Amino acid sequence: MTAAGNTAYLQIEHLWKAFGEFHALKDISLDIKEGEFICFLGPSGCGKTTLLRAVAGLDLQTRGVVRQGGRDISTLPPSKRDYGIVFQSYALFPNLTIERNIAFGLENTKRPRVEIDARVKELLALVGLPDQAKKYPAQLSGGQQQRIALARAIATSPGLLLLDEPLSALDAKVRVHLRHEIKGLQRKLGVTTIMVTHDQEEALSLADRIVVMNHGVIEQVGSPTEIYRHPRTLFVADFIGETNKFDATVAAASVSFGAKAFRCAPHSFANGDAVVAAIRPEDIIPHGPGSRSPGAPDVVKSPENLIDVTVGEMEFLGSFWRTRLRGGELGDEELIADFSVNATRRLGLAEGGALTVELPADRLLVFPQGERHGGGH
Amino acid sequence: MKLRNVTILAAFAAALMSSAAFAETTELTVYTAIEAEDLARYAETFTKSHPDIKLNFVRDSTGVVTAKLLAEKDNPQADVVWGLAATSLLVLKTEGMLEPYAPKGVELLKPKFVDKDTPPAWVGMDAWAASICFNTVEGKKLGLTEPTSWKDLTKAEYKGHIVMPNPASSGTGFLDVSSWLQLFGEKDGWAYMDALHENIGAYTHSGSKPCKMAASGETVIGISFEFRAAKSKKEGAPLDIVIPSEGIGWDMEASAIVAGTKNLEAAQTLLDWSISKEANEMYNVGYAVLAMPNVAKPVEFLPADIESKMIDNDFEWAANNRKAILDEWTKRYDAKSEPKS
Amino acid sequence: MAAATDILMPSGRALRQSLDKDELIKRGLLVVISLYLVLSLAAPLYVMLSKSFSTYSFDLAAFEFQVSDKLGNFGEPATAAALNEKLAAVPPEKLATSSDGRLPATSFFPDFSFRSPVKYKIRGTTDDASFLIGTQLHHGTEWQEVDSNTFRRIMLRPARALGLENYTTYFSTPTLFRSIQNSFLIALISTIFTVGIAFGFAYALNRSKMRFKGLFRLVAMAPILVPSLLPGIALIYLFGNQGMLKSLLGGISIYGPLGIVIGSIFFTFPHALIIISTALAISDQRQYEAAASLRASKWRTFWVVTIPGARYGLISAAFVVFTLVITDFGLPKVIGGQFNVLAVDIYKQVIGQQNFEMGAVVSVILLIPAIAAFFVDRLVQRKQVSLLSARSVPYEPKPNRRFDLVCLAYCSLVALFIAGIIGICQYAALVKFWPYDLSLSLKNFAFGRMDGGGWASYYNSITLSLLTAVLGTVIVFVGAYMVEKTEGFRTGRTAFHFLAMLPMAVPGLVLGLAYIFFFNNPANPLHAIYGTMAILVVCTVTHFYTVGHLTALTALKQIDREFEPVAASLKQPFYRLFTRVTVPICLPAILDISIYLFVNAMTTVSAVVFIYTTHTALASVAVLNMDDAGDTAPAAAMGMMIFYTNAFARILHVAVSKGILKRTQAWRAR
Repeated sequence: MTAAGNTAYLQIEHLWKAFGEFHALKDISLDIKEGEFICFLGPSGCGKTTLLRAVAGLDLQTRGVVRQGGRDISTLPPSKRDYGIVFQSYALFPNLTIERNIAFGLENTKRPRVEIDARVKELLALVGLPDQAKKYPAQLSGGQQQRIALARAIATSPGLLLLDEPLSALDAKVRVHLRHEIKGLQRKLGVTTIMVTHDQEEALSLADRIVVMNHGVIEQVGSPTEIYRHPRTLFVADFIGETNKFDATVAAASVSFGAKAFRCAPHSFANGDAVVAAIRPEDIIPHGPGSRSPGAPDVVKSPENLIDVTVGEMEFLGSFWRTRLRGGELGDEELIADFSVNATRRLGLAEGGALTVELPADRLLVFPQGERHGGGH
Repeated sequence: MKLRNVTILAAFAAALMSSAAFAETTELTVYTAIEAEDLARYAETFTKSHPDIKLNFVRDSTGVVTAKLLAEKDNPQADVVWGLAATSLLVLKTEGMLEPYAPKGVELLKPKFVDKDTPPAWVGMDAWAASICFNTVEGKKLGLTEPTSWKDLTKAEYKGHIVMPNPASSGTGFLDVSSWLQLFGEKDGWAYMDALHENIGAYTHSGSKPCKMAASGETVIGISFEFRAAKSKKEGAPLDIVIPSEGIGWDMEASAIVAGTKNLEAAQTLLDWSISKEANEMYNVGYAVLAMPNVAKPVEFLPADIESKMIDNDFEWAANNRKAILDEWTKRYDAKSEPKS
Repeated sequence: MAAATDILMPSGRALRQSLDKDELIKRGLLVVISLYLVLSLAAPLYVMLSKSFSTYSFDLAAFEFQVSDKLGNFGEPATAAALNEKLAAVPPEKLATSSDGRLPATSFFPDFSFRSPVKYKIRGTTDDASFLIGTQLHHGTEWQEVDSNTFRRIMLRPARALGLENYTTYFSTPTLFRSIQNSFLIALISTIFTVGIAFGFAYALNRSKMRFKGLFRLVAMAPILVPSLLPGIALIYLFGNQGMLKSLLGGISIYGPLGIVIGSIFFTFPHALIIISTALAISDQRQYEAAASLRASKWRTFWVVTIPGARYGLISAAFVVFTLVITDFGLPKVIGGQFNVLAVDIYKQVIGQQNFEMGAVVSVILLIPAIAAFFVDRLVQRKQVSLLSARSVPYEPKPNRRFDLVCLAYCSLVALFIAGIIGICQYAALVKFWPYDLSLSLKNFAFGRMDGGGWASYYNSITLSLLTAVLGTVIVFVGAYMVEKTEGFRTGRTAFHFLAMLPMAVPGLVLGLAYIFFFNNPANPLHAIYGTMAILVVCTVTHFYTVGHLTALTALKQIDREFEPVAASLKQPFYRLFTRVTVPICLPAILDISIYLFVNAMTTVSAVVFIYTTHTALASVAVLNMDDAGDTAPAAAMGMMIFYTNAFARILHVAVSKGILKRTQAWRAR
């Protein structure tokens, strides 16, 4: 395998998928580099699985081209493509032992038996289940079964690994654990991987790049931090992580909601446009009393974005307090903020108390209106 | 490689063909309604004198064999029909399905056993005649007197105790009905059946069943045919065989060559043999009335006067009026055929 | 990027996947199996339908006469049509007839006398016109001269045409029309009784803690193992004129509706029981707990919870029983007496009167209720499935001494009825000469002396059943696999599925008759299989296709849908997945299908009665024919041979299933 260069290993160009009048995929284009770990992320029905199945040749796209390693595979049947696939259901053959399951793609290929056995052993070791060769799938736990499914998928060293919600059927702990193993395995093998998931946490922790999809279109493609920090659409901002949203109007460099105009991140709207202003709860900075005066202990980046509020209900969520803020210049709006346990203690925050918070201008994002319904979380 | 395969195949085929040629047997497909237990004996006797002709029998009841032959009208499978009711052969003849042939010795047969045309389309073997099976045990139990004539059967005392075959599905049943119409005339014949219908317990699908029902006491009187009755009696059934005094309808077992047969010569051989003295003697085991005069010996349990009681049956009339008669019969009696309770 | 919403999809054809070898093989197989169903089902039915429109009538314009004076000088020729116009001798409705219709030529000569010296000439005006002189068939346009004595022997023959006359004739013949009423009445009464009795039995099995449940289940299934006409024979021995229990009926004859109903209850009981039992088994414990917590009385709970829960099962069972009874032909033939029903009419028309066209008409009429029942059943089944898939807690009955005893008594009564019927048949088979010599003997098993084909028919039945079980299972299972587990080619698969569901709605008698019309046609290249064992196998497989197809589908649906994509991604051909994974997983279902086909091939009468030949005579048909000929005891004996064989096959099936499961299904145990 050559090192990941600039040329795309998998090219998806203007892909459409129509089911009668309904379009499940609309003009999807995407390049994936060799060795990349890509996550298709989105709510159910967004088209992510349809896109994966088109790449796999399981549900052929209606229009568009798919190239793998420079080869046009648009209309090839699955057997003529080059990938391994893992499904949510594991899809292990229940009547075959673990080793026969893994060997399924190796047999029937004129490989000598010894070679097959060695490869199976190697794969079992790779997924950390060296002693389970003779067992039947039903005798393994869900997590173990999924590892076997993974071993079977990579047994023939395919150029592309497709994972269709591989972790959804597992319970939370196993899921997190297996997530790490998949990532480690992918790094070790360097195999280009596409994983479909509706779990943002999974996508954020695993992917080199995330493809956020909604209603059959790609909303944004980017690294996990890009997606999280710089959502390009309100949908992305809303779907990934939590976001406060306010109907607002913009001026040149500010946005007004509640009873105040805030300085905001750069945008391209005209003065007076109706927009949605969004800010993540963890981006809201709490300040102690007197923070407005110069020389106060806290550093205030956007002094003009400071507001005085009343602390409403506080909900303890382990590592932080989810706090509802009301009153003052917020008008009728309500602001949700996540404050660290430290900050809460330091500032002595309590329900009913007064507080000054800062909405950092670079974290206050502006999106066009009419997209709010897109939120799926 | 390919060529060699072809050669081997050709050789194999040739070997097959020559082995068939060496044996020089002709296979004849014979459709027949001869009773199962008689057929084995007949076939054996024929094969003894004609080892070069192999007979493949398709055997079933008269109705089924006739239906089968008619169904295959455009593509006959049979070479010969050996032992089918003459009335059925007449139907086949009117469909142009028979190959006329005068077998050797046909002039020796009783004239009514040979088709009127020359050459005849069919030749008879033996005859079977209508008769009444009367269960003496059940009759005594119920205090019934034994009938002696057809007219007796309309007496009120027999109400519900008579079973006869349905003429629409049984050749024997049709034989009864057509003989009554010939004996009594059209009008009186139907009047007779109207009266008889009042006494009938059931119409059966087959002709032998009424006698078997009488034999087992399921009914007291079964209108059937005589050799069936004799067989049941032989098995120990408490039966009397009544030959009604007015005369009895009858039919014959007859044979014919199916038009278009590819084995005409062998078929003719079989037909020649089927009317020979040897064959007639063979038929005599079960049948008292034979096509060849002066051969028949009395059959156990069968009355000796059967032949004299047989009416002068007009087969052509019966065949040509079959549909009209059955339509009338069905209209009169089948529509009313709720069960008697 | 959201702007993409506004872009329209470029026009043009949708992409199509290029086919790999695998897909080609799959489609090839689907085509082959579809072709099988088309040739074994759709085409014969179509031919039969067209046969029912094939009519015969006298074409008077096709015949021409000439009459001479006393000296022998002939006058002008005149067609029969012209003569009839003048005389109105034959009314138009009399011109419609059947294939063996005959019209005397003298009809057109009212002053005909066979003693007259007048001579006659007759000819056809077309080459096809045919007439009889005596029994000699004549065709064509050549003049035939006869004297008046011979002229009375001239019969005109009908010509073939297309039209609805057969149906008109049918509905204007009171006898035939009556059969429809009779059939419906019998089917309705039998359905009410069977469903009622089976519901009670199923209720006791599912809702009580009574003992001997296993035994009851076993006995209840016994009727499936015998031909439907066997209970008829038993009823004759019980309630016939010489019956052991004749006095119980108080003078009512068993021959007729009573016998048909009792026999129908016997042979349809297991079918109803299976369906109703399944419906009761899936009911939800929680509903009963809810009812109890609301302090609903037992009686109210029964009507509010039990009955609605089982309603789809009850409806489904009712339709199955109704169809079975209305299409059954063995039982009414044996014990129907003079009570005409549709199924027997077909047989009488075809075998008794060689009136194939009318047989086809009755067949088409018999198809209507069966197809209606089939569609209602499908509708109900669909709802039942959704009920099944709901997650529910299975009902666990609690012991209740009184209720359990009542259930035990009830089930014992039903079991006694079933065992009694079979026991009577066993007795009938062994008695030497009923009712005059009651000593036991095996003479009734000497089938060689009877009509029906002797022991050879029994061996033929075994051959047929084995071939049907093996080939049928292969065809049915592969067909179901193609429907369930292939992608694309949707129209083809839907059409195939429809064809596979159709046999359930086609009465066996209708199928058999359709086979005569279709295969017994020399122009048909498949004509070669007519009269062979092959056509019997094809007919039987097709007749019982649907249940096997559904069983296979159910098993296949439980298999992970992703197996095929996984195997394809591993570049393994589908047949490797099929043989190594699919078939082993479905082995229990496959064995079920094969035993189902075997047992039914042993007992079926209706479908094969028209197409067996001497060399392929069957045991089940022999039972019918022996009974028909009055050999009731040997018929019972042959019926028992079928029972022994099926019972043995069933036991073998259980043993083999257990053995195979133990070896190959080790993975099922955790």
